[in-house]
Amino acid sequence: MDNNWLLRARNLTKIYGEAAPGVLERTGPKFDSNMDPKTGAVAAVNNISFDLYPGEVLGIVGESGSGKSTLVQLLYFDQDATAGEVHFKPFEDGAVNLFELSNQKKRFVRNHLMGMVYQNPRDGLNFRFSAGGNIAEKLLMAGVFHVGKIRIRGSDLLTHTEVPVKRMDESPARFSGGMQQRVQIAKAIANNPPLLLLDEVTSGLDVSVQAKVLDLIRSLQQDLGISMIVVSHDLGVIRMLTDRTLVLKHGQIVEHGLTDQILQDPQHGYTQLLVSSLL
Amino acid sequence: MIENLKFQDSFNYAYIDEFTKKEIRRKTLKAVCIPGYQVPYSSPEMPISRGWGTGGLHLTLSLVGPDDVLKVIDQGSDASVNACNLRLFVKEMAQCALTFDTAAATIIQSRHRVPEEILTENQILVLQVPQPEILRGVERHEAKTRMMHAEADYAKIWVTLYEAYVRNGHLRSGAGHPIMVNGRYVATPSPIPGWDVPNLSMARCLYLFGAGREKRIHCIPPFTPVKPLEFEDIRFKVEEFVGIKCQMSGQDKAFMDQIYAEDFSRYFVINDSNFLDKVRQGPRPPQKLFTNPE
Repeated sequence: MDNNWLLRARNLTKIYGEAAPGVLERTGPKFDSNMDPKTGAVAAVNNISFDLYPGEVLGIVGESGSGKSTLVQLLYFDQDATAGEVHFKPFEDGAVNLFELSNQKKRFVRNHLMGMVYQNPRDGLNFRFSAGGNIAEKLLMAGVFHVGKIRIRGSDLLTHTEVPVKRMDESPARFSGGMQQRVQIAKAIANNPPLLLLDEVTSGLDVSVQAKVLDLIRSLQQDLGISMIVVSHDLGVIRMLTDRTLVLKHGQIVEHGLTDQILQDPQHGYTQLLVSSLL
Repeated sequence: MIENLKFQDSFNYAYIDEFTKKEIRRKTLKAVCIPGYQVPYSSPEMPISRGWGTGGLHLTLSLVGPDDVLKVIDQGSDASVNACNLRLFVKEMAQCALTFDTAAATIIQSRHRVPEEILTENQILVLQVPQPEILRGVERHEAKTRMMHAEADYAKIWVTLYEAYVRNGHLRSGAGHPIMVNGRYVATPSPIPGWDVPNLSMARCLYLFGAGREKRIHCIPPFTPVKPLEFEDIRFKVEEFVGIKCQMSGQDKAFMDQIYAEDFSRYFVINDSNFLDKVRQGPRPPQKLFTNPE
């Protein structure tokens, strides 16, 4: 098998409720539900395997409740996986399963090797700290204890993400939604992580701001060559940003392939519905 | 104090019953073994409200014996109401000797100050702590702060220092600057001024911190390295009293109180009352002074 992957996920599973045997077999797109009729447990992510390659942008698309957000939250250790393995090349050359690490090591991976941008800026930013403080947090977690360097890096990042640097010491609570999202992106890329996770970053922003944020993400990807996983229910975002796409339904992958291919020639009924309902 | 015979008979020596005292001593020993770690303890009822020095009182009463010499200070002063009442209470309950002299005391209970005079290996300083959890300001949940301590996850407290610097241009907070104890646990030195923080490091005496309301004991054993949190380029500094001399003694190089006279003019007086008495009467007692970095 090829060995040039960056992140390899195998049999990722997250069950809310009792993880009784048979839950995974009784849920999924085949049954048109992710809830087990017997136990009431919800299999949000059901046996998902995929590879991510260096410099690649992988899209994950699906309706609400299909498990796409849960999937990236598992990768970012926001939630504990019920089962599965994740190997990540930048950490010990991918030899270890990230889910088996101690909390301290997980935090190391999170702070040094990954960045996450949430749909709601309140999840990714601490509104009690200033915008600069939020970026500083990420740098301090990675062991930069030099205020001068933190300030320089912070203002560079904010310039890059087009947030006015003179508002660096204000709380993001006073920023517009688009600005908050850009501060979040600045924070996520503060340590030059090899992997960036984007969870519905443009949902809830107005169209012109959406375009700006998407431009920013695309230019970051081109300038820095970061690998990204982009979660969205918006096929426009997926088309603009991603090379390859997984289509999720009820916790399972129903279709995957090159983004253009999926949008031009959807195979699965659900994908066809998604594409045909694109405005 | 009002004479109360019933009081004397119906209470155990040093007020707290022996089993509880034993428990407090065991928790204190644990705190000594893990410098800077907050050990939960029982915090029994006292005849004063929690949060009024009960933590310090628990420690003092569990340690005190008839041969001990006790000194109690509140914000540097032996004469404040709280200090007087606690001192008389412990004497009544434990029949120990009392003193104002820092050098003569075996146990010193204090609030908000470490004495100026260098303490020795024969002395224990008990500090009353209102909020032992230094991370409480950045994390509300106890379960989370415990996990943060366990994993030495101190980024949030560093961010508050960064923010303080950005806002104020220096790292100094009013009191209780976070300290790194023995290179492992970030702890609060209790609300003592920055001036006193360098005294905690590599000291010959034992420092005990009791928080009665929060039911926690932590400790800095003798000869333990204690570092105030500071950045590589922005260093921790103690208060500077430039060009200021004590009105009563003419001395400088001590923590000063600023006092307003009746005509609204200001003057400064050495805060540590026993230290002030000593410098007025005779030679200056030994003192550990910290030089601020450039």
